[in-house]
Amino acid sequence: MSSTDTMTKVFARPRSLTEKPFTYCPGCDHGLLTRILAGAIDKLGIQERTVIIAPVGCAVFAYEWFRCDGIQASHGRAAAVATGLKRANPDLIVISYQGDGDLAAIGTAETIHAANRGEAITVIFVNNQIYGMTGGQMAPTTLAGQRATSCPEGRDVRTMGHPLPVAEMIATLAAPAYVTRQSLHDPKHVAQATKAVEKALRYQVEGKGYSLVEVLSTCPTGWRMPPAVAHKHVADVVTGAFPLGDLVDRG
Amino acid sequence: MADRQLMTGNEAMAEAAIRAGCRTYFGYPITPQNEILEYMAAHLPRAGGTFLQAESEVAAINMCYGAAAAGVRTMTSSSSPGVSLKMEGISYLAGADLPCVILNVARGGPGLGNIAPAQGDYFQATKGGGHGDYRLIVLAPSTAQEAADLAGLAFDLSDQYRVPALILADGMLGQMMEPVALPPHRDPATLPPKPWALTGAKGRDPNYIASFALEPTVLRDLNVRRHARYREIEAREVRWEEVATADAEVLLVAYGTMGRIAKTVVRRGRERGIRVGLLRPITLWPFPYSPIRKLAERVRAVLTVELSAGQMWEDVRLAVEGRCATPFYGEMGGVVPTPSEILTEVMRHV
Amino acid sequence: MERAVVFAGFGGQGVLLAGKILARAGMKAGLEVTWLPSYGPEMRGGTANCTVVLSDEPIGSPIAESPDVVMAMNGPSLDRFESRVAKGGALIINSSLIDRGVGRADVRGILVPANELARELGEPRVANMVALGAVVGALGVVPLAAVKEAMAAELGAKARGNIVALNAEALDLGHAKAEVT
Repeated sequence: MSSTDTMTKVFARPRSLTEKPFTYCPGCDHGLLTRILAGAIDKLGIQERTVIIAPVGCAVFAYEWFRCDGIQASHGRAAAVATGLKRANPDLIVISYQGDGDLAAIGTAETIHAANRGEAITVIFVNNQIYGMTGGQMAPTTLAGQRATSCPEGRDVRTMGHPLPVAEMIATLAAPAYVTRQSLHDPKHVAQATKAVEKALRYQVEGKGYSLVEVLSTCPTGWRMPPAVAHKHVADVVTGAFPLGDLVDRG
Repeated sequence: MADRQLMTGNEAMAEAAIRAGCRTYFGYPITPQNEILEYMAAHLPRAGGTFLQAESEVAAINMCYGAAAAGVRTMTSSSSPGVSLKMEGISYLAGADLPCVILNVARGGPGLGNIAPAQGDYFQATKGGGHGDYRLIVLAPSTAQEAADLAGLAFDLSDQYRVPALILADGMLGQMMEPVALPPHRDPATLPPKPWALTGAKGRDPNYIASFALEPTVLRDLNVRRHARYREIEAREVRWEEVATADAEVLLVAYGTMGRIAKTVVRRGRERGIRVGLLRPITLWPFPYSPIRKLAERVRAVLTVELSAGQMWEDVRLAVEGRCATPFYGEMGGVVPTPSEILTEVMRHV
Repeated sequence: MERAVVFAGFGGQGVLLAGKILARAGMKAGLEVTWLPSYGPEMRGGTANCTVVLSDEPIGSPIAESPDVVMAMNGPSLDRFESRVAKGGALIINSSLIDRGVGRADVRGILVPANELARELGEPRVANMVALGAVVGALGVVPLAAVKEAMAAELGAKARGNIVALNAEALDLGHAKAEVT
């Protein structure tokens, strides 16, 4: 028996991922999360009915990375675009993929009202506490004291506000089916985040309504940290400000 | 005579939209167009469509962007300040080549202004409004019947050319009632297919919809192709009405509410032996440059009358290009000039 | 033939409805019609008015510079519109609430105690129909029967009990006033 006969394929590109190269910086968690999302689409067998909504931000190209229909939304409006798509065609599985500037600053109104209406959509919310694409400015989620190019002395919560707890805010609403905060800083948490993304999508397939998966992610470039240090920073500091876990599960 | 119903302009546009196969509507309350929102809330669900009161004008136009991408006929309506809020979304619709119908039941401005009829949004409607190098198909009804007819046409043109269409009405037309013979119902399933729509990548490659292209030559080429469609629209879709122009000495140019009031001016002028005629643009973009130019060859003056400081006037002057005098008469702030006042102005040019 | 009518009064006196009924009657009689309301904040408690134009040709301006008939349900409406009535036109004056007549010699004044007549019918809310009946009489281009039909259609499902009959009686009373004056 030759050795190749005994080899089993244990890792492959998800079918729902195109071969278009990511535009993310090395060490950024966006790529990993994109892969997790594609894997979940494969697992649920929904590639042929899914529409991916890309935000304005580092994930602006996201609509081209999936072998699914895709659309690019204006800054902050992904939840409204998702509402329009889903209301126009309820058979679609509609996923918005948004960063913290997009979802939690300019798009706060659309985010809250889509959640409050219980739109049957899945929102993947990447919380990396910074505006990455525009060069590292302060985000609504930037930690107290954290430096960014638009708060060079660190975020002073007395004048710049506090880190915005998006998952907790959405969890106060009556309609959402599933609200959770996950992280990608080590393999265990990657596995948990993967399950959370799958659950959120499954809830949409099952008609249970709105879900939001907030994912703590790294921005080694914007944070000026090597990737490994950035992941340790998430584990040691960021999870302190943004506690992990399910906040709502009405499945 | 066909069966006529007494309807406001607002109701006529809403009902005609449903009959044209509009199946999603997203809006936000603002006077003087609330009857459209309310009509859609009451009647669109009965036609199997979706009505949603959005959290803002911004959200409403982006919901339209999503619904249009799904391949469904979609509409939003508002009045001047709310249409300003929609402008970013309209630019995205134009940049993504998505069909959508936008109703502007315009009011006095700028700023909060008032709720009286005005035509101060002409520049916004026809010259951009949002950012980037794009055009909207702009239709200007002057009666409730025409509002209904143009609402249906707006959906057809918008689908055919994949260019958003805006109906520029005003508070008077929106609020007044007239008899309307409504068009027949059209089944959305019988409308031309939209192979570009986001319906799920089943048995085909994925469809992507975006207004985004980082590479300048790619974005240039997208724009060049879009502008070729604009040229086609300019060649084929110019619409206007002429009244008593054959022997006119003074030609009035007026649209919408002002256009119908100008008809009274022509009638009264003719009763007094004054050779006055009217050209009423129905499409504000594409603008009827050529018919105005032809008439300018043989009249003494082309008098533009608007409920503004003179916005369409610029296009009229571009059409006339010095062939005759191009005076202007207008009112702002929601004040509507009377036929007598306009006739007095006409007399100065005969 | 083109005629314009202005209906004016306090918000709540039913002047917009009176205009709508005349417009609907005109449409049913085969005429072109426009109904143009004042639609500002004034409709909530202040003064309200609407203009109805009836014509056998397509209508240009829906605004009447010189209305042929004005129905004034209160004093401020008479003050506002009296000077604008066309020469030879008519002013319907609700004499229940207005203690003066017409100050012009070239206009026919028709005093109608609309509120009193409505109260005598047992339904104070039909004062607007009393006045509308007088308008129809003074105007003369739309048959009263068509106006009654339009009234029943306009009240539609909202009409309970004998309300349509009461409104028709009110129209008759007002119409008679316009004929005898």
